[in-house]
Amino acid sequence: MIDACRKKLTEGIDFDDAEFYGNLGFKCGLEIHQQLDTAKKLFCHCPVGYRNDEPDATILRHMRPTLSEMGTYDGTALMEFKTKKQVIYQLYRDNVCTYEMDDTPPFPINQEALDYAIEIALMLNCKLVDEVHITRKQYLDGSIPTGFQRTAIIGVDGWIPYRGRKIRIQQLALEEDACREVEDKRHTIVFRTDRLSTPLVEIVTKPDMLTPHEAAEVDGLLGRLLRASGRVRRGIGTVRQDVNVSINGSDRVEIKGVPRTPDIRTLTHYEALRHKALLELKDELRKRGITTEDFKAEDHEVTDLLKYTSNDRLRALVDKGEVIHAVNLKGWRELVRYETQPALTFADELAGRVRVIACLDEMPNIFVLDGKGEGLGVKEHLRKEVGADEDDALVLIWGPAEDALTGAQEIAIRAKEATVGVPQESRQHMPDSCRTDFERILPGPDRMYPDTDSPPVAIPKERVARIKAIMPPSPWEREERYKKLGIPEHLAADLAINPHAKLFDRLADDTSLNPTLLAEALVQWQKAIKRDKRKVGLNINPRYEESLESFFKTAADRGTPRRALYYAFEKLLYGEDAKPPSPLSANELRTLCKKVLADFKDVHYKTRELTLDFLVGEAIEQSEGRAEPDKTHFLLDSSL
Amino acid sequence: MSDTSDQLKGYRGKAREVLERMGARVWAQVEIETDKGTYEGIILPRAEQADDLHVVIKLFTGYNIGLAVDRIKSIKEKGFNEAHYKIPEQDFPYDPRKPNVTLLGTGGTIASRLDYRTGAVIPAFTPGELYGAVPELADICNLKTKKLFGVFSENMGPHEYITTAKAIGKEIEAGVDGIVIGHGTDTMHHTAAALTFMVQDPGVPIIIVGSQRSSDRPSSDAAFNLRCASNAAARGPVAEVMVCMFGPTSDAYNLLHRGTRVRKMHSSYRSTFRTISDIPVATCTPTEVKPLRKDFNPRRKDRQVKVDARFDDRVAIVYYYPAMKPDIIESLIDNGYKGIVIAGTGLGHVNKPLYEPLRKACRMGISVMMTVQTLWGYVQMFVYDTGRDLMELGIVPCSNMLPEVAYIKLGWVLAHTHDREEVAKMMLTPINGEITEREPHDGYLIFQGGLPEVEEFLKRRLK
Repeated sequence: MIDACRKKLTEGIDFDDAEFYGNLGFKCGLEIHQQLDTAKKLFCHCPVGYRNDEPDATILRHMRPTLSEMGTYDGTALMEFKTKKQVIYQLYRDNVCTYEMDDTPPFPINQEALDYAIEIALMLNCKLVDEVHITRKQYLDGSIPTGFQRTAIIGVDGWIPYRGRKIRIQQLALEEDACREVEDKRHTIVFRTDRLSTPLVEIVTKPDMLTPHEAAEVDGLLGRLLRASGRVRRGIGTVRQDVNVSINGSDRVEIKGVPRTPDIRTLTHYEALRHKALLELKDELRKRGITTEDFKAEDHEVTDLLKYTSNDRLRALVDKGEVIHAVNLKGWRELVRYETQPALTFADELAGRVRVIACLDEMPNIFVLDGKGEGLGVKEHLRKEVGADEDDALVLIWGPAEDALTGAQEIAIRAKEATVGVPQESRQHMPDSCRTDFERILPGPDRMYPDTDSPPVAIPKERVARIKAIMPPSPWEREERYKKLGIPEHLAADLAINPHAKLFDRLADDTSLNPTLLAEALVQWQKAIKRDKRKVGLNINPRYEESLESFFKTAADRGTPRRALYYAFEKLLYGEDAKPPSPLSANELRTLCKKVLADFKDVHYKTRELTLDFLVGEAIEQSEGRAEPDKTHFLLDSSL
Repeated sequence: MSDTSDQLKGYRGKAREVLERMGARVWAQVEIETDKGTYEGIILPRAEQADDLHVVIKLFTGYNIGLAVDRIKSIKEKGFNEAHYKIPEQDFPYDPRKPNVTLLGTGGTIASRLDYRTGAVIPAFTPGELYGAVPELADICNLKTKKLFGVFSENMGPHEYITTAKAIGKEIEAGVDGIVIGHGTDTMHHTAAALTFMVQDPGVPIIIVGSQRSSDRPSSDAAFNLRCASNAAARGPVAEVMVCMFGPTSDAYNLLHRGTRVRKMHSSYRSTFRTISDIPVATCTPTEVKPLRKDFNPRRKDRQVKVDARFDDRVAIVYYYPAMKPDIIESLIDNGYKGIVIAGTGLGHVNKPLYEPLRKACRMGISVMMTVQTLWGYVQMFVYDTGRDLMELGIVPCSNMLPEVAYIKLGWVLAHTHDREEVAKMMLTPINGEITEREPHDGYLIFQGGLPEVEEFLKRRLK
């Protein structure tokens, strides 16, 4: 169902259409969060690790907004306070301590993590800071028990090369990871603390990607570069990306936690179109004389009016004791259902806010009476009672008294924002990975506060020099060198950021192996074999990488033909003790050719050449690749 | 150096010299050119203990970074933006149907903010600002606030105890329904004991409250503690000096601990305060106070409070350790101390070499009290010879009085009399629970983590 929907939404779109996205003013920036491969957490001595078993204990907390360093409140913080959430944390004795519980102050920052972050910052051509200041970044959604994430800038103003230009890196921060959300229902949210405080680097690019395709490519590039550093954790959940999108006239919107790189294409595309639709809605409102100053919304509690309604659903709500509000959006007739995303309208923007801020998460949570397909038996009566005229739109909302009121207020707030255009929001992706839904208001710099528990850490020049000395060459330096070895451009680029690049360098220096063949094996074969094996459900030997070096040395010594090397390589990945074989001897080859000629004496293709090609192929297959193609061709050619 | 007019607050040495030369000042919005490139941000004040090699700037993203001053080539000022860290202050609403509570501020992290001088948090909110931060207080009571002093709890001492006790007495006589005292947590139990002795039969609740996570953190326990304390003061039935802090580490409920039996038991946990050798007086939430015991002093309307605020600070606690040498005691004698509280081992013991100086101390009229460093349990000096020897020297066993409480009480008693017998009599006549006749079976409960039955319990309850 989702796949079909997704297919329909993506078919026939050129995500790299420079003209189309150029006209929109499409701009995209990335925030990549990558966990570092350290043994311990960032501010305590807990081992890093995941848990899926029953928690050992739970605690309950609440969050309150506090003042920023500059003496102001952060908007997101205040919004999140409105939600009045009970936050439950699940604890595990083995990898969560009183630090993560916010019952012990931080220990000194993990120096291993700091080294890794410096190294990655250098790889990204960042200017390093001379003194690291640990800062608290407020998160009142409960995802961190302290209510803030400890984070520190390590480098700023970096760049990576892409399509002949520079993609600018705004900053690299070293920070602690947050909790994993287990459940969020009504006023209770449950978090698992295992992942909490795992060291990670956050890399923020400038909005330099100009098409969705570029955004996805740069994301992939950064991801591979990080893996190439050898300092990062691998596997599901170890890397997460947020994507920022804006177009001409719209504010930045952040799409949180995009699961897969290819999804960046579809999500940013439809997000840009959502911005366009919201800007059009703004124009439409302006045409009707509704500007930010003239915007009017009236909130009426209408529970009593609906006591005897013929609408069963509404009556059931009243009977349940829920309170119903009607928000009258003056002059909004037929605009609440203005389409903003495929099969979604402005009403969904309202519903998203209500879901998050008023914690009314049973959908549908609002009911729109805006002239389009109204079906309520109470329509005229209700309109009259709340003083709504023809041109107005009513939005009904219901729930426990306090939540219904919060929801009604939020509807008015969000509707008013439509007169400005696109509000700065964090949005979550929907299951189709094309569309987005509200998550929270985008936090600003006001949520930053110095961490008074941690002293600043100076990074002396000697430390930087030590890290530089052991740092691998940058991927772009490697790429140039590989191209000079005659490796095709694409392969060279991939190899340069491959974790086996170091191994390649050694083998290329020490053996007579053809560099392109070696590159293909290390980059493309591995990928293809792993993919095929996954398809048939076979496991890759987790320790195969240890024998790679001796494997290729043997291949060089024996002069293993390409095909035979591929088969042996396949076996190696399965975990078999595979050695690259020698080519067939002259005798063996002669015998084989005779056999092939006899086996297929009745096979005749259109031309002799085609027949010969077929026979050569057969000979190679029968020998499991040990027959050398040139020699086989020569022998068969002369005997056919 | 650190007054507010200093334009280079916190900077010293080389950093100050460079900034001065470039004409830079804190809170200036600047463009700093270095040998690595240009940085834009606001120059922040620097913590005084930090080195003199870096300047701190806040980037437009809100992050702070430090730049080495020896890399700086030039600083261009482009604007000025001084932070004004202030909670929006609002008048506390008055509702004649609600009880009246006075909040006395002494300092501590319940009321704190960032201090650029040290980079740490300092006590600074006027209690009046608390309403701006915790508006829910208005649902509980009418709150009047009075700032007595703004000190960390380690700086609380006899002078502060006396001032506070007198202030409490005045408030009670003026007809207040309950008192809340904002206090740093470290020595909260000392103050609680002192106020128990100095303000007797108060007739209204006197609730001491603080926070383990400062109020500049979203997860702070300050707001919940304040709400619980205000409720206990406004409506609670227990008219005693009590400490009101977290029960579990969860935001679930608070405990009201009797001022003479309470102790801070963890350096950082929220649920750090525990009643020792007994059970707490009550549990408490922002809307409810549920007594756990019946033998408490109930509220009265008579306003007959007895304020007896005095203290002789020539008292010391000696925490005994094996191989302690006589000179420790002798130096106390030589320095004119009038009272010594020993926190002895086991049932109340010290080694033989201390006998001689202790005998001398007693002979010279110094009151020497014995308590136990095990905290839980009674002094019992008849069980072993050592104990009998010590009593013969004139040392007074203080039953199950906590060492800190004995210290406070001895200081208070010595301000009344120096007569050793009279002192002993007063010490051993409990004023409010500092000595109890019996220790219930659940007065000593430290669950041992890791045991299956304990883990089972933890799984089922909020910790």
